[in-house]
Amino acid sequence: MDFRAFLKSNVVYLDGSMGTMLQKAGLSPRELPERWNISHPERVIEIHKAYLDAGSNVVLTNTFGANMLKFSERELEEVVRCGVENARRAIELSSGKQEKFVALDIGPTGKLLKPLGDLDFENAVEIFKKTALLGEKYGADLIVIETINDLYEAKASLLAVKEATSLPVMISLAFGEDGRLLTGASADAVCATLEGLGADAIGANCSLGPRALTPVIERLLEISSVPVILKPNAGLPKIVSGKTEYDVSSEDFKKEILPLIKNGVRVVGGCCGTTPEYIRALCEVKICDTPLPITDKGRTVISSYTHTVEFGKAPVLIGERINPTGKKRFKEALIENDITYILNEAIAQEEKGASVLDVNVGIPEIDEAKMLSRAIFEIQSVVNLPLQIDTAKPEAMEMALRIYNGKPLINSVNGKRESMERIFPLAKKYGGVVIALTLDENGIPDTVEGRVDIAKNILKVAESYGIQRKDIIFDTLALTVSADKNAPSVTLGALEVIRRELSANTSLGVSNVSFGLPMRDTINATFFTLALARGLSAGIINPYSSEIMRAYYSYMALLGYDDSCKEYIKKCEEFAPLSQEKPRTVSQKSENSHSLLQNAIIKGLKLEAGKITEELLKSTAPLSIVNEEIIPALNTVGEGYERGVVYLPELLMSAEATKVAFEKIKTFMSDTSQKHTKARVLIATVHGDIHDIGKNIVKLLLENYGFDVIDLGRDVPSEKILSAVRENNVRLVFLSALMTTTVGAMEEAVRLIKEEMPEVKIMVGGAVLTQEYADKIGADAYGKDAMEAVRYAESLLG
Amino acid sequence: MIIEIRTKSYTPPPFDDKEILRYAGCRGESESTCNLINALKDELTCLEYKVCYATLPVSVSDSEVDFDGLIYTSYDLAKILCGCRYAVVFVATLGVEIDRLITKYSKLSPSRALILDAIGNERIEAVCEEFCKELEATYGRVTRRFSPGYSDLDISYQVDIFDLLSPEKRIGVCLTDTLLMTPTKSVSAIVGIR
Repeated sequence: MDFRAFLKSNVVYLDGSMGTMLQKAGLSPRELPERWNISHPERVIEIHKAYLDAGSNVVLTNTFGANMLKFSERELEEVVRCGVENARRAIELSSGKQEKFVALDIGPTGKLLKPLGDLDFENAVEIFKKTALLGEKYGADLIVIETINDLYEAKASLLAVKEATSLPVMISLAFGEDGRLLTGASADAVCATLEGLGADAIGANCSLGPRALTPVIERLLEISSVPVILKPNAGLPKIVSGKTEYDVSSEDFKKEILPLIKNGVRVVGGCCGTTPEYIRALCEVKICDTPLPITDKGRTVISSYTHTVEFGKAPVLIGERINPTGKKRFKEALIENDITYILNEAIAQEEKGASVLDVNVGIPEIDEAKMLSRAIFEIQSVVNLPLQIDTAKPEAMEMALRIYNGKPLINSVNGKRESMERIFPLAKKYGGVVIALTLDENGIPDTVEGRVDIAKNILKVAESYGIQRKDIIFDTLALTVSADKNAPSVTLGALEVIRRELSANTSLGVSNVSFGLPMRDTINATFFTLALARGLSAGIINPYSSEIMRAYYSYMALLGYDDSCKEYIKKCEEFAPLSQEKPRTVSQKSENSHSLLQNAIIKGLKLEAGKITEELLKSTAPLSIVNEEIIPALNTVGEGYERGVVYLPELLMSAEATKVAFEKIKTFMSDTSQKHTKARVLIATVHGDIHDIGKNIVKLLLENYGFDVIDLGRDVPSEKILSAVRENNVRLVFLSALMTTTVGAMEEAVRLIKEEMPEVKIMVGGAVLTQEYADKIGADAYGKDAMEAVRYAESLLG
Repeated sequence: MIIEIRTKSYTPPPFDDKEILRYAGCRGESESTCNLINALKDELTCLEYKVCYATLPVSVSDSEVDFDGLIYTSYDLAKILCGCRYAVVFVATLGVEIDRLITKYSKLSPSRALILDAIGNERIEAVCEEFCKELEATYGRVTRRFSPGYSDLDISYQVDIFDLLSPEKRIGVCLTDTLLMTPTKSVSAIVGIR
């Protein structure tokens, strides 16, 4: 029988622990258990057979750690081949009458993925693919991925199995007592992401006993539209006279799991500490001849790597600010590869209350696909909001969808055949919620019916790709009211019909409506309120606009989404009229010989430094602000640091205040089309080293002193450093290494650069380096701290 | 003999601000730094304090330590474990939250990243101290702890410790290709029982 067909109408009984049984059979903790497939096949077969005799429908091959990181290619193939054969042999030997299947077992890589660890997402995909391919080749009926404790790794494994094989695949994760994965994902985030990627079943295994996993399982049963797996430990381990025992007996195990099967768990088995006795106890009571059917929960959900945002309940705010359209400084930042600018926009919008962020980096001057993926990756390393990936280029969309950690919003598809043909396959494969614009080959209809018809057609075509209504959000297109007085009525009319009659979710890019008008925020806010009243599920808005935010929080309070109006009251402080702004904390007159800006920098007051610089720019040339205000203040702090009266954190706070002042100056200069040319330097932490605090400190200080710093990040291979030096025509390179294990990589980088480009100067630094070592590896200079780096750069390029 | 691998969680040990300042490179206090330290302590809401460990029989010669068949070559480790019949091998971690925050602030505010890094160092040391104090209470005297990478104990012994304890699965600590631990605020070490 086909496994998917069996799963559809039965409760599936998995096996119990392989590890526990192998240890009983004499496996030592220092042996790789998978080798027993080859060396002790009879033992492994015996264990599988015991589970099958106890009633298991599915046995998991002894291949938990079978991957390219632990085995050579040849041995890996043998381990998997024998693993599948052993399980198959056990099925032949077992007398059990139930349906029986062999599942290739895939466990975690044992490495953390970037940005938390050093394993690249695509490398993880390759590792899983290799094992999955072998499983299919040697005849597994299905694949079970299990005990993964990180959502990103779960995505990599599932994507790999889907790309490499056509086998059914179930995926089960290790949740902690807090109901989350080790890297923070909630059950909701897990469900949204893995269902989106096309898992045949999802669930929880290992880490805890049945009772402790119950809350997670109950939540999954509530939200999952695919079957739910439960494969718990036999409780928690305890030590009894020096031996580990688990505290839940097979009888209690059964008692704790039965109610969950009654509530709808469809795939059940045991993990650490469970034995055939536990599985027998479960199988003895065939309580569910007609199990609960699997129902589609119809929820429209997106997710980050920690949490979800649901559409169709309280309206959702999507921040629109990460978009270069009409922003000179943003475009400049993109061309300069200045990712920090984008990250600051992300954090600021989060602080203002956006719950999703749109990400668009499309300008003709750059490789959009590369930049978009990088931006998505970097933004996900500083904020945990779900993202809306916004690009007109399908190849850029695909790259971003691959590396996105969670289930994203896809912006966008429209009613044109070509658009649907390009976007729907991506949405189906990677699992996102798609924003669908109600326009087609004939343009944007100017009637409500016209737009609704396009929506209906989009739904129909989506269905043919296997994409359901719940995964589409319609945007009925806000057009400019100053160009057509009836435009907003059509937009709102179509919105309401789609919401109420098609029961689909809706979103709007609100700001378009006011184009060409004065006081745009006022019109935008009113239009937004009208749309909310007609059932808008999400607004793509500017979270810095206090009028929009006032409208939103008022709506939330009035419609009962805000308990005791708490959020509204909290926001009132921010919304206070400007005249009531608190007086400045820094006195107007300086207390000493320093100017106001200098004081702000010396004291490390970022907000003040920004405000004062903006004021100064009204009357003073940018360059004189730099030379007469900023540099002298920096020197004061820098000298204090060198004399030991200013400590490193204070030096950095001053440097950050300076950076804010510089950012204001940069924005002013790009708005007034002035060019600033600075000497370029390059900085990187060498290959294998994942520490970059020191490197970032040096970078910040160099920027303060006016250098244009190309930052290659951490763990950078020597070849990449060399090619960046070449491409950017850099004359000075800073290399950082913190660990003794990675100074070798530094030596190699220095050698490579010196061989190819002997004229380039190199300064090295980091905790384990010394002048002596710097000399030994052929570096031009050793920097003991950030100020020395600045002095060196100034002596060469200043 | 069967080696048992055990896992433990601790409640947060009290903060030692002097240590945090020291790790942050401050030889004294300053108001702005102390304010920053306090603000960042508040931001750290879900630090974990987890340890996994095993107790092994050891036999020690002058340049080698034999952990139940696994040989570590190191004069210094041998000197420390001299006279011990058992040793505890452990890995401790604070989990991923602090790494996420450090990564975030490395890009946005190096002063905050620096202080967080210092708090992380102080915290992980505090967990190790708690753990060793407990060992002392259980077993009487214990030696000071010693980690791969200290003096002449090669860092490649990390691999053996990880093969033995599987901290990836138990407490979520993984090794990078260059044998560093992630999450970065983690410690692996050996303690002798006298």
